[in-house]
Amino acid sequence: MSAVPLTSTAVEPTTVPSPSPRRGRTPRVGAEPSKAARLIILIAVGLVFLVPLGAMFEFTLRTSGKPGVYSFAHYASIFHTDPALGISYEPLFEGIRNSLLICLLTVAIILLILLPTMLLVELRYPRVRRVLEFVCILPITVPSIVLVVGFVPVYQRVAAVFGSQPWTLAFAVGIIVLPYAYRPIATNIAAFDLVTLTEAARSLGASWPVAIYRVILPNMRRGVISAVFLTVAVVLGEYTIAAFLSQNTFQTALLLISQTDSYVATIFALAALVFAFVILLIIGRFGAASPGSRRRRPRRVQP
Amino acid sequence: MTSTSPAPVLSRLGDGATVELIGVVKEYPGAGTRALDELSLSIAPGEFIALLGPSGCGKTTALRALAGLEQINAGSIRIDGVDVASTPVNKRDIGMVFQAYSLFPHMTVLQNVEFGLQMRRVSAADRAVRAREALEMVGLDHLAERYAHQMSGGQQQRVALARALVTRPRVLLLDEPLSALDAKVRVSLREEIRRIQTELGITTVFVTHDQEEALAVADRVAVMRAGEIEQIGTPEALYLTPRTPFVADFVGVSNRMQGTLRSGTITVRGASLPSIDPTLPDGEVLAYVRPEDMVFVPLDQAAPADITGTVASTSFLGSLRRTTVRLDDDTIVSVQHGVEQQFLFGDAVALRLTGRPVASSPVAA
Ligand SMILES: Nc1ncnc2c1ncn2[C@@H]1O[C@H](COP(=O)(O)OP(=O)(O)OP(=O)(O)O)[C@@H](O)[C@H]1O
Ligand SMILES: [Mg+2]
Repeated sequence: MSAVPLTSTAVEPTTVPSPSPRRGRTPRVGAEPSKAARLIILIAVGLVFLVPLGAMFEFTLRTSGKPGVYSFAHYASIFHTDPALGISYEPLFEGIRNSLLICLLTVAIILLILLPTMLLVELRYPRVRRVLEFVCILPITVPSIVLVVGFVPVYQRVAAVFGSQPWTLAFAVGIIVLPYAYRPIATNIAAFDLVTLTEAARSLGASWPVAIYRVILPNMRRGVISAVFLTVAVVLGEYTIAAFLSQNTFQTALLLISQTDSYVATIFALAALVFAFVILLIIGRFGAASPGSRRRRPRRVQP
Repeated sequence: MTSTSPAPVLSRLGDGATVELIGVVKEYPGAGTRALDELSLSIAPGEFIALLGPSGCGKTTALRALAGLEQINAGSIRIDGVDVASTPVNKRDIGMVFQAYSLFPHMTVLQNVEFGLQMRRVSAADRAVRAREALEMVGLDHLAERYAHQMSGGQQQRVALARALVTRPRVLLLDEPLSALDAKVRVSLREEIRRIQTELGITTVFVTHDQEEALAVADRVAVMRAGEIEQIGTPEALYLTPRTPFVADFVGVSNRMQGTLRSGTITVRGASLPSIDPTLPDGEVLAYVRPEDMVFVPLDQAAPADITGTVASTSFLGSLRRTTVRLDDDTIVSVQHGVEQQFLFGDAVALRLTGRPVASSPVAA
């Protein structure tokens, strides 16, 4: 990259848009890739995702000690554990339940604390927007292992108040998740004139709650949904905190199981990956569906 | 608002409110100066007032204070004689059109217009009827199902106007609603706003920094400067008798010419002009002479009192022509005259002042 000195004179002539974009051979800057190019990109990216998933799936079908023999036996074993073998998947199911509960609480933290805070800052205290952004982005710069070391003494307190319950992890996870939830919401807020729309609604007779519910939130759908799904994805992938605070969640249980039954562990890992994939697809769908967000006009054109 | 009478919107109600701002002070936290400095303004029912002034003089702040979007630090604001200091925006019963496009992007045009009625708990049937009427009023009933992003800026502002008016508010507030539009649309829309306002008889405050726009639409224009009203009056009064040099400069075009003030009369190059401001002390002054208050006289008929100079440039403005003349003392003045009179660059010309009263400011000796 850096080997070729890029001078502006060397680049400009070739990047000037072709005057007849319809039949021009020179690719236009910022133009959509052609159909064939798109297909190739799709296939390449698809392979990157699908090959490992396919390999995982193949692995779960194997029968140990008998190469080439495939069956769904491992899947069946999840639900019909042989008591004689003494293997129980209950800790894994409990881990999943705990993870889902933490998910729910973390999403609640995002929706009931972060979102209102961001709206309040935007509408009433725009001066502290920068501070809020800094605070919310900060966790991403701190390795989670470092965070966790800090959390341990804090959680001794938390445990003293609430007991050593798995759901209390939601407080810690809520912090880890902040950057992921903050970004899409902030982007959404920047994409429309929140203040003017609110003032318009107010001037038309809407009280604060009505203005927020009827005017702001419908225009925040994309950002909020993205934030929620990213939160869910992060929570389901979170291992460090749970492990260090000695709580049983999906990820910790998965690691435990993998030491005794790598097939079942892989089945759940696969399920988690597919789940995350579906979530991302849903974000894409929902985001595109809101009528007002497709095309934006410049807000103010000086005459 | 009642939900019973689907009376047509399009009728002169004549029940516009009186609006009074009395000694209103607004100081933004952290700002050293006052955005509104004891601003007082009283508006008659159904009157159309334009707030005119340069950028940063406090026009928007005044409008927002009136709307209840900004808290004021001192003074009082009364609508129909009632102090509205503690009335929140949504209870002030005002209609507002913003400079920025402000249609709700997730609602259709019709839903946008119905919003205010919905807030007032008007029944669904009445809502639809009244919203349609309001859209007809701005000539956009055929776009009722569109979304904001499917319309031009001018159409969006029309809808915003319909949305603000459909609830028949006591006061209509417009903050530079036309400034994002191109010149043609701006002129036609401002005329439409005026027509609708007259039909509805609604008290209106229109903020603009465009003096031509203010003069064209308003019953009275309030020229603002640094948070205060410098002069308020009919467009004619402001133009013909600007009380201060600031107003003379801001409203219309003025030539600044050196002169001497003595007992109410300013002598400019031998011509005598009455002074508008009788309180000015005698001495050297700058007189503000309108381009149409000077006429060309043929050189051979020039009197000794006439001013001579050479033509520097001339521009054709459609119905008239404006010619810039460099006077012998290097003062540049512009003169408005009929299109049939034509000059070339460098022509020697003689000018005569028509003797209309002028504003003036003392020159520090
Ligand atoms: N939110 C704010 N915080 C601090 N100062 C402000 C704020 N809004 C406006 N001001 C200041 O108050 C003064 C008046 O501003 P205002 O917006 O009322 O001017 P304006 O006449 O509407 O100007 P323009 O023609 O540019 O819209 C300006 O000096 C401005 O800098
Ligand atoms: Mg303004």
